[in-house]
Amino acid sequence: MRKIKIIKSTAVPLPTENIDTDQIIPARFLKATTRENFGKNLFVDWRRNEDFVLNNEKYKGEILIAGRNFGCGSSREHAAWAILDYGFKAVVSSFFADIFKNNSLNNGLLPVTVSQAFLDKAMKEIETNPKTEIMVDLEKQTISMPSINMSETFPIDPYKKTCLLNGYNDIDYVLSLKDKIISYENNRKHE
Amino acid sequence: MSSKTIFDKIWESHVVHEDKGYPAVLYIDTHFIHEVTSPQAFDSMRKKGRKVFRVNRTWATADHNVPTLNQHLAIKDLLSRHQVEMLKKNTKEFGVNLYGLGHPFQGIVHVIGPELGITRPGMTIVCGDSHTSTHGAFGAIAFGIGTSEVEEVLTTQCLLQNKPKTMKIEINGKLKEGVVAKDIILYVISKLSASGGTGYFVEYAGSTIRDLSMEGRMTICNMSIEMGARGGMIAPDEKTYEYMKGREFAPKGNEWDKALKYWKSLPSDSGAEYDRVETFNAWDIEPMVTYGTNPGMGVGISEKIPSSIDMKNDSEKNQLKKSLEYMGLKEGQPMLNQKVDYVFFGSCTNSRIEDFRLAAKVLRGKKKASNIKAYLVPGSKQVEKQAKIEGLDRVFADAGFELRGPGCSACLGMNEDKIPPGKYCVSTSNRNFEGRQGPGARTILVSPLTAAATALAGKIADPRIYFDKNTI
Repeated sequence: MRKIKIIKSTAVPLPTENIDTDQIIPARFLKATTRENFGKNLFVDWRRNEDFVLNNEKYKGEILIAGRNFGCGSSREHAAWAILDYGFKAVVSSFFADIFKNNSLNNGLLPVTVSQAFLDKAMKEIETNPKTEIMVDLEKQTISMPSINMSETFPIDPYKKTCLLNGYNDIDYVLSLKDKIISYENNRKHE
Repeated sequence: MSSKTIFDKIWESHVVHEDKGYPAVLYIDTHFIHEVTSPQAFDSMRKKGRKVFRVNRTWATADHNVPTLNQHLAIKDLLSRHQVEMLKKNTKEFGVNLYGLGHPFQGIVHVIGPELGITRPGMTIVCGDSHTSTHGAFGAIAFGIGTSEVEEVLTTQCLLQNKPKTMKIEINGKLKEGVVAKDIILYVISKLSASGGTGYFVEYAGSTIRDLSMEGRMTICNMSIEMGARGGMIAPDEKTYEYMKGREFAPKGNEWDKALKYWKSLPSDSGAEYDRVETFNAWDIEPMVTYGTNPGMGVGISEKIPSSIDMKNDSEKNQLKKSLEYMGLKEGQPMLNQKVDYVFFGSCTNSRIEDFRLAAKVLRGKKKASNIKAYLVPGSKQVEKQAKIEGLDRVFADAGFELRGPGCSACLGMNEDKIPPGKYCVSTSNRNFEGRQGPGARTILVSPLTAAATALAGKIADPRIYFDKNTI
């Protein structure tokens, strides 16, 4: 599992709200049986429109900054794989759908939840000045935009934070508790 | 002793272990898998040399990719065929029970679980599919997970989970005629929004919920995810036990008595507290129809599409504008009489026998409009069989439809059942996102009654004009 400590990069602005995972990676691409190469189909239907931000050379970076309720809809983890494979390391939004957030955290894609005010200002600044840099510090739980002197702390589940900082995954931890699982099974009163 | 909700009771009795600063290790009673979200999990386990920890708690079916015509032939699409083959290979190699294409129990995973009596009150149930919330209708904690979590459950039969907040959604009163479970949940989501339930696990309660059949309750719980909720559940009662009795894998004899005792202890205690409570009146609900590109963008069938001036803020205005542009609809336009091209009866939301009975009541003795193409896809081989026993297939054939084989079909268009670009499809499924049913497809979500009425009229129609009070 990839480790994250600091992400310092320009960002791609996508102000649309309620971006669902069918947009992120349409169902017809879920027929793959491996985790690789989903990046080329990231937002593939929206990319048909030449005005779509991913088609705009001006905006590049390891950070995707998106409108609220990002990742709603289907539980497809392929959405997180597609975003990572494309080259993003973090998604910044004011609100994430639960399953998408978990899937991201389980894959080393950092979901950064900021206030709506921060999101609106950041989006505007990046759209105007594509070279604007954002710095995300996982240890300190801060996101900052030095060029406009703006920064905020962001929430993250402490356990997930430890996993991301150290490259741990859930399975190793749960496997270490195998005896307790068996004991639970043997002692439970009912099905 | 403090008052507990059903969610609390089931959660607490399934926590294997909880270290300080860590999520709870939650035991998973039942793990459903299908061909789309499992291959990478099995692959990873194979590479690590791991076995499935509890094969007897793992149930597989092929549903998302399968064709709904000529299911006895090899799947034409090579990628789909490969993925379904992978599920066969993986389940055989790892010793997991598979109800694949050709098996009499095959069907959409959230239809077969309950109908086989695998889904039970008081269970924790997961699946790599967000509509796993369906099983909550039995009083189970059931929710969708991603592929990495599928691997975690296959490996350990447990899942690390933080306990969500709880929300009670209470609906009381008698429904108007022609208003069914699907309308209730579309109404609730239209009031709470597509993100209104995020972070919560919902319990549906109230007299209207109690009055619903088990299949109606499944429709409600199924769409919990569409308001962002982790899951949704309904406490078990006599209807639940009646439904379960005698099912293939339901407990029997002494096991039944023991299980019944446990199930009866589950309903929320009076005075139990929730983090949030929302209350609705059944009488306010009419047949619902969506106009936008998320399930929360819906109105009553006699209402008009909202206008920008009705929107609370810029972001809602933008969402409305973008959605209507995609849908080719206008602000302030009535949905009634909107011409449509396709009607899809199916999906884990509405593809059970009662849904087909409802549709048949409207369609009986009548013919579909000539401008409509229709897909009628039962949720399982058992539903298909039952529909034929009841002669519903003949009702549909006489109306100009074809009853197909079971699968997820046009709900998400992974197989050939795609809606062409720009075409309108009135659908009994659960999502109307852009491109959901095919690139450029325009989805309108409705109940099976409204879908049937629309099929006859060739345009969106109020089901209440198509039947007299005595027949439904």
